[in-house]
Amino acid sequence: MGLTGIEIYKLLPKTNCGECGVPTCLAFAMGLAAAKAELVQCPHLSDEVRIQLAEASAPPILPVVIGTGESALKIGGETVMFRHEKRFENPTGIALLITDEMSDAEVDYRLLKINELVYERVGLTLRAELVALKSETGDAAKFTALVNKVKAGTEANIILMSENMEALGAGAKACAERKPLLYAATKNNLDAATALAKETGCPLGVKAESIEALTALTEKLAGAGIKNLVVDSGARNVKQALQDQLIIRSAALNKKYRPLGYPTIVFPCEMAKDPMQEAVIAAVFVAKYAGVIVLSDFSGESLFPLLVARLNIYTDPQRPMTTKQGIYEINEPDENSPLMVTSNFSLTYSIVSGEIESSKAPCYLFVKDTEGLSVVTSWAAGKFNSETIGSAILKSGITDKIKHRKLIIPGYIADERDAIAEEMPGWEIIVGPKDAADLTPFLKNWKP
Amino acid sequence: MAYEIPKITYSGKIREVTAGTGDKAITVGGETAYPFHLYEGQMPNLPRLAMEVYDTPPEDWPEAALEPFKDVVNDAAAWAQKCVNEYSAEMICLQLTSTDPNGADRPVNEAAALVKKVSDAIDVPLIIWGTANHEKDIEVFKAAAEICQGKNLIIGPVEEGDHKQIAGAVGGKHILAAQTPIDINLAKQLNILLGNAGVPDDKLIIDPTVSGIGYGIEYAYSVMERMRIAALTQQDAKLQFPIICNIARETWKTKEARISEEENPTMGNAGKRGILLEAMSATLLLMAGADILIMRHPEAQKLVKELIKDLAA
Ligand code: B12
Ligand code: SF4
Repeated sequence: MGLTGIEIYKLLPKTNCGECGVPTCLAFAMGLAAAKAELVQCPHLSDEVRIQLAEASAPPILPVVIGTGESALKIGGETVMFRHEKRFENPTGIALLITDEMSDAEVDYRLLKINELVYERVGLTLRAELVALKSETGDAAKFTALVNKVKAGTEANIILMSENMEALGAGAKACAERKPLLYAATKNNLDAATALAKETGCPLGVKAESIEALTALTEKLAGAGIKNLVVDSGARNVKQALQDQLIIRSAALNKKYRPLGYPTIVFPCEMAKDPMQEAVIAAVFVAKYAGVIVLSDFSGESLFPLLVARLNIYTDPQRPMTTKQGIYEINEPDENSPLMVTSNFSLTYSIVSGEIESSKAPCYLFVKDTEGLSVVTSWAAGKFNSETIGSAILKSGITDKIKHRKLIIPGYIADERDAIAEEMPGWEIIVGPKDAADLTPFLKNWKP
Repeated sequence: MAYEIPKITYSGKIREVTAGTGDKAITVGGETAYPFHLYEGQMPNLPRLAMEVYDTPPEDWPEAALEPFKDVVNDAAAWAQKCVNEYSAEMICLQLTSTDPNGADRPVNEAAALVKKVSDAIDVPLIIWGTANHEKDIEVFKAAAEICQGKNLIIGPVEEGDHKQIAGAVGGKHILAAQTPIDINLAKQLNILLGNAGVPDDKLIIDPTVSGIGYGIEYAYSVMERMRIAALTQQDAKLQFPIICNIARETWKTKEARISEEENPTMGNAGKRGILLEAMSATLLLMAGADILIMRHPEAQKLVKELIKDLAA
């Protein structure tokens, strides 16, 4: 909440009736300020005070949802400038541009890309989640036809792009139930755009020629009760676009400046001369604060690195992603299959298990809890060594599953071999390759 | 409420460090704001890119990375010249892989002679990079520094374990790249130790240890951001140094830079993917405060160079 406990207290009834669950109004005010209590808990607030407090307690960057259901994209809701302070909440949405001037074949090809360029990594599904449909011709019928084709061809969330209100309105009617982002309201069409957003209940993009001009528009829209906004400062060169992202985020968070407290949309598709350059520019805005980026095109070689970059920037800095400790059976192992050990950092687990899978060799992989640290890091930190590995494996129940007594350890912890052997009497400790990518030839030579 | 551009008040400044000599000497650092926050302060010296050269033909590089250098992999000096002449490299980083005692164990005098040869073949600043084997690095750096007197090299990595010897032998004459494992406190500590060992402030840069996209780049990213916050807003003098990132080899060694399109069609063209992994990793590090990026592929280098130009246009 933007207000302090004392400021809130001044607005409360000061009767200390206790109905909110705490004994005094002051305690309740402190709770509100710390976001530990909710406004509805006090039944004695006047409407005026309720609205005032609700406004003050709204998140500094409003969350906006594009689309519906499970695959809807949530953007905004960010609370920090730097990811080490607290995780970034809602990853930048990535949109692929489709225009009404493209041939049917081109549109089909783009829909195929949106639907099929999907990647699994550390147990998560990564993909671009939006199509941006642009009316270049301004022809409402043509735009409607495109929208209908796309709607039938993909579940991806939709952005409708046109400053021509007739085309935008027609597009919106064709897919209102999918809750598309309507882009964009400008100073020239503000009234019509306001009406369309009200009528359809869809989120609205707002475009201006500068940040200052943008604030005038968002203030008007907010005044008309429309706050489901995604903002565009209009910058189309990389330098200005980055500065604008920095300024908008800072104004919203550091100055609690409401007129800029919305997620942003950025257009690398209008900033680059080729797809490689565009992909690199997109990476800038994944790191620096875009809510959505619109790309003129992508393919596996550009989308994959961008999605993984986004995953990295948006991971929780306090808690690395982990896999549960335990025995993992890969490729249907039996009592003669090899046993390997690795750490429980999700990335390590997914790399190692992926390599084992593709080697086709049946294996047991024991994942040791290393508090989410990689093999080398946890070894350096003393969390992945003879004592911890030996006893965990002996207690795991693996000895009921295998007849041999051999354990393969990662090549990077070769120095631990003798110490592990000491902790595990009767076992042979084998040093595996350093890099999991070399597991296939190594496993070919395995004998129980 | 009237609109007003919110501005951070910075109280610190990154030191300027100059590498190389003569017309082609390069100064990095000097920032008075967070990376590319040009509405708040200055970046008098834009980030610079060094291109990698190896002292031995690379064995395990993906095809796309090797292709541009096929004709020069056996000759580090020719390789360096190719980078400067054909790809307009602003700096060269000679990776002394073959000195590793657990590998080819190239003798110290040979390694130093090679450093000299490469350094004489180019007029841009030279970075030399050891293998993090302390005993060997100390000897190689000593010999190379001696034979390249006055060249104002950048020498790394200097770690806690070998900082005293390296600072003693080389400190002040060349620039040292102080490497610590992705930890702001360890970085600060090592900079203090190097200061105590007589290394002047204008002969020191920070290597925070980086990894590429998909391999923990977010850790380096945040540590670098925190370093800049401490340096620029908390007057932490021992973190007010330029940052160097040895990023190329971290990206090209990954599986994702190798997988062929036949093997996995959704991953697209392997060569372009490798280039973009390198260029995008470099981009993220630029956003976090990198002053020198060590790059490999000419295309990746070009993409990032253009980006820097556009960001500061
Ligand atoms: C990111 C990182 C961190 C992150 C942690 C990330 C994490 N969740 O683990 C942070 C910043 C927290 C960190 C901290 C530290 N780190 Co660190 N870190 C790294 C970094 C950059 C990448 C590690 C990584 O994620 N690798 C990717 C994963 C997938 O690798 P992996 O788990 O080892 O798996 C590979 C292989 O081991 C193999 N493999 C895995 N399992 C198996 C199983 C079998 C059977 C086989 C055959 C193979 C195999 O296949 C995988 C793919 O090749 C490396 C340097 C680098 N560039 O590699 C340093 C590095 C590992 N860290 C290092 C150090 C010293 C530390 C600290 C001790 C420093 C400190 N601040 O005190 C701390 C320890 C943490 C603590 N105090 O709790 C050193 C280790 C030096 C050493 N050899 O002893 C390194 C090498 C950096 C360096 N050059 O100094 N680190
Ligand atoms: S319910 Fe309202 S009036 Fe009663 S103590 Fe709580 S805050 Fe005060």
